[in-house]
Amino acid sequence: MKRFKLVLSILLAVALVGALGVFVKAGVVQAKGVKKVKAAFIYVGPRNDGGWTQAHDVGRLYLQKKIPGVKTSYSENVKEGAPAEKVIRSYVNQGYNVIFATSFGFMDPMLNVAKDYPKVVFEHCSGFKKAKNMGNYFGRMYQPDYLAGLVAGFMTKTNYIGFVAPFPIPEVVREINAFTIGVREVNSKAKVHVIWTNSWFDPVKEGNAAQTFLSNNADIIASGVDSPAAINAAAKKGKYAIGYDSDMAHFAPKAVLCSRVWNWGPFYANTVKAVMNGTWKSEAYWGGMETGLVKLAPYGPMVPAKVKKYVEAKKKLIIAGKFKPFSGALYDQKGKLRVKKGQVLPDKDKLSIQWFVKGVVGSIPKS
Amino acid sequence: MLASSVRSGTILLFPTIGEIFAERAGILNLGLEGMMVIGAFFGFVAGNLTKNPYIGFTIGMLAGGLAALIFAFVAITLKGNQIVAGLALTIFGLGITNFYGQKWINTKLAVPAQSIAIPGFANIPFIGPIFFNQDIFVYFSYVLAIAFWIILFRTKSGVYLRAVGENARAADAMGISVDRTRYFWTFVGGLLAGAGGAYLTIVYAPFWLDGITSGRGWIAVALVIFAMWDPLYAIIGAYLFGGIDSLQFQLQATGATIPSSLLSMQPYLLTLIVVIVATFIVRAKHIGVPRELALPFYREER
Repeated sequence: MKRFKLVLSILLAVALVGALGVFVKAGVVQAKGVKKVKAAFIYVGPRNDGGWTQAHDVGRLYLQKKIPGVKTSYSENVKEGAPAEKVIRSYVNQGYNVIFATSFGFMDPMLNVAKDYPKVVFEHCSGFKKAKNMGNYFGRMYQPDYLAGLVAGFMTKTNYIGFVAPFPIPEVVREINAFTIGVREVNSKAKVHVIWTNSWFDPVKEGNAAQTFLSNNADIIASGVDSPAAINAAAKKGKYAIGYDSDMAHFAPKAVLCSRVWNWGPFYANTVKAVMNGTWKSEAYWGGMETGLVKLAPYGPMVPAKVKKYVEAKKKLIIAGKFKPFSGALYDQKGKLRVKKGQVLPDKDKLSIQWFVKGVVGSIPKS
Repeated sequence: MLASSVRSGTILLFPTIGEIFAERAGILNLGLEGMMVIGAFFGFVAGNLTKNPYIGFTIGMLAGGLAALIFAFVAITLKGNQIVAGLALTIFGLGITNFYGQKWINTKLAVPAQSIAIPGFANIPFIGPIFFNQDIFVYFSYVLAIAFWIILFRTKSGVYLRAVGENARAADAMGISVDRTRYFWTFVGGLLAGAGGAYLTIVYAPFWLDGITSGRGWIAVALVIFAMWDPLYAIIGAYLFGGIDSLQFQLQATGATIPSSLLSMQPYLLTLIVVIVATFIVRAKHIGVPRELALPFYREER
């Protein structure tokens, strides 16, 4: 028994040392004081989550490369709410003068700090609140969604497309709608079926949702969630998938038709440049494909040239501002006319959208 | 659809059986989630490095077992509070895999496991394709559930095990080593929790993501009560919980309206109902819950 205890004590000690390593590493301070811009990034997830946060971190690295004088730093896995305020404050106290917060729940904490430090520039992603020294920014992801919809509309044979969706909030409803508008433009027989997983990240549930679609004869699975589980499920059955957040082709090269991706780099570089030149102003920025903020990642090898040509032509029109998704005539699920011919759904209504367009099978749960 | 319920149920079945045995021995290990995620991570890494999913699965099990030994040291040797130790193990598991898992995120398993149809059985109408056209780990879980039921109710070591959980002092008087029995079954519980996690990253996903178990360890804790500490009932419970997502997704895919609040609370609601019903049955029949669950054993005390 004594030796047994000894062995266990050693095991325990090893485990503790391992755990200690975690804390020591996490405590390393990244950047030192410089006279120029010091930019801090507040992330809600790990910086290589393969999705949302990774896209922001790629943007941070782009900024660092583009403007060599800039020092950047980041905090991962920051909890939304009060803990975020602490993190933001500590960056300001260390002399950081531009702060980017990249999750919706950082909005109010950031606003609180912004009030106390009028000389520091604050930028919040995906929210709607502003201050004199705090702007917000987001991307018109619905444009790539629409283009991906075109691809899916051409490629489906069973006319059953599954969309694995996280929460029934306007951002996601808008994505499903834009995607469906694209699908129906080239294939009026196809329908987009929706399953809500009620979570941003739950690989088992997402895989299950995709399985359900596949057993109902779906041949394309589109993902609006943060893990690649749904795409994997489609690939396993030899069906197609459409990725989200970052290019997911490397997970399933034979399955991924295309991915809708974020490209934050140019925005971060421009913002910092503006701060350096003294031209920065607080604004609500909603960048589309013309800014490069949102993109369609390269097509998979199975997409025929004819399809690519059609989609690329539409992409050019969108970038030139000559075509806008959500143009009339647009009907909702029940066949009611929502946008008249010749009109476009205004941004205000896009931002608060809570109805599905014709061609979507599924419902928006009332909370 | 039902075949996929069996697969997602298998993730729950392994840890549930393991926890049944630990609890039968009087050890309440709430670190299931932590042991699962440790098994999931180390199993995945081993499977990737060796390019062999079966070695990976074994390593995942062992990693879960080692994590359980840390818990056992605190709970049995040091006689610490089992609930606190279990919660700490969960936090530890999530933390350590988060730290070492960074560079494995976004990698896919090199060689995934294949499904093997069992000749004869796989052709049985309806049941065959659901239960007998799966991967080898699913068959392993059937065998385990049945074997463990036999061990628990039909062998001497099963009697000893139950005695330790029901009345440790009496067991000690009979000459059974309480600590050794508890250590052993806690370790087995860890092995199986690790197996559940490894099944998730090696077969089900198959990839690694931070916090990939996303709460399945806690559902397994509830399933132990649902199963009334019986490995055979655990099979039913695991597949029921594994299938519930598929069921409500099926409803959604056909366009049925379900209130969103009901959707998000559905697993918890089911857990609550199950626990209430199980408690009534346990009361009425005087079966199930080991009497000295979560109580440390002091030999010298009176």
